Amino acid sequence: MSLKVTPLTEAHRAAGARMVEFGGYDMPVQYADGVLKEHLWTRRHCGLFDVSHMGPSFLRLKAPSGEAKADHAAVCALLEPLVCGDLRGLKRGQLRYTLLLNDHGGIVDDLMVGRPIGDDEQGALQIVVNAGTKEGDFARIAAAAGDAGELVRADDRGLIAVQGPEAEAVTAAIIPEAADLSFMTLTRALFAGGEAVISRSGYTGEDGYEILVAAGQARQLWDRLLQDERARPIGLGARDSLRLEAGLPLYGHDLDETVSPVEAGLEFALSKRRREAEDFPGAARALGELAGRIERRRVGLRVLEGAPAREGAEIVDAAGAVVGMVTSGGFSPSLSAPIAMGYVPPALAEPGAELGVIVRGKRQGAVVTSLPFVPHRYHRKPGA
Amino acid sequence: MRFTKDHEWVEAVGDVATLGITAYAAEQLGDVVFVELPSLGKTVKAGDPFAVVESVKTASDVYAPVSGEVVAVNSDLPDTPETVNAEPEKDGWFAKVKLANPAELDALMDRAAYEQFLSTL
Repeated sequence: MSLKVTPLTEAHRAAGARMVEFGGYDMPVQYADGVLKEHLWTRRHCGLFDVSHMGPSFLRLKAPSGEAKADHAAVCALLEPLVCGDLRGLKRGQLRYTLLLNDHGGIVDDLMVGRPIGDDEQGALQIVVNAGTKEGDFARIAAAAGDAGELVRADDRGLIAVQGPEAEAVTAAIIPEAADLSFMTLTRALFAGGEAVISRSGYTGEDGYEILVAAGQARQLWDRLLQDERARPIGLGARDSLRLEAGLPLYGHDLDETVSPVEAGLEFALSKRRREAEDFPGAARALGELAGRIERRRVGLRVLEGAPAREGAEIVDAAGAVVGMVTSGGFSPSLSAPIAMGYVPPALAEPGAELGVIVRGKRQGAVVTSLPFVPHRYHRKPGA
Repeated sequence: MRFTKDHEWVEAVGDVATLGITAYAAEQLGDVVFVELPSLGKTVKAGDPFAVVESVKTASDVYAPVSGEVVAVNSDLPDTPETVNAEPEKDGWFAKVKLANPAELDALMDRAAYEQFLSTL
């Protein structure tokens, strides 16, 4: 089967990127600079990421009433039964991280849901899911929407993430509306005569944006952004090391259908209204876990010596008994040290707990560390 | 200098051979952030893993091009793994072995054959 391409695949090849298969797509894992330099460039300046392989989409009411509040409540009522987040409570232009859950309270995917800003789109939600899970997610959401709503895929468009301390300056020079957004908000903007949706969000722990544009305008936006010498293209390799330092879980690795939101340390995604109503999939499990009946928790680990501990490495306690498994791990370019995430029993999950990881048969010391490893630098509204 | 299809090099002086990974391998790996070397006195067998290199993204085994006893390791390498990228076929050497069977060298590619091999990848 041939690999799928994004509107930017040609741009990556022309830039000399090393391409790999990812989620069925032909994607750049690194450019000429290499993972280490790309990672540090994003932390210091501005990195551009092609994330068009992900699953942007819109869930729309088939017959909106035209009354904004009622239409928003109606479209949220279609999606809320699948997730643990309060979508109805979203303000116009607000974005929320939430989780698709199965009946056992396991995580089917993690996703971003945004309430559009315009009067004419209040019967719609913008939904962005992961590349590897998008077919299943879209089918699940479409089935839940039934006859009342339709799920319109937008994964043929371009989705570009602009991340780093200079992301605002780089982006606002091209899309002025960018400067007015705060973390986890979105708006519509014009780019090259077409409509773009821009949100202040990302997956690196840095300030930045994700910009959804028509396929025909993606290359133009990419090239315009790259004309700024502060911006460089960044591959999937550095995207992974950046999100690991930021303590952000990766679906299919740190999260799967057996893991609950509480085990994963994503309690914040269980919105207050939904907890009180106990009306999300697997609510009984999640609430029991919040009350302390929990078997494992996701933790950060600083590996104190030796090789990076990677996915699948065993975590052992002081006595050498296996107590868990590394779900993501590697070398942190910012800290120049190996870091990892994994699951351990709650008694061993407190920061400072001394554990070990087994790499190629050898025990290496590791200590539980609070996440993120590298502080987030999101652009939050003053006072928010 | 002789080369393997797994992109290791070996250079013999008398009955002692120096081992490392090729410039091509270093380039493919990307930034090397960790190197694990064999212990002194260990006996390595041609074709078996004898060291590990790790980039930010992955860990890769390094296979012994020849058999023998490890008589020296590049002890600077664990502290300066970036030398593998900077000087893969020189200062980035991994280990020296006392050749158990010098005839093994004859089965390996010379520079011209290795470059020909690279052009087919």
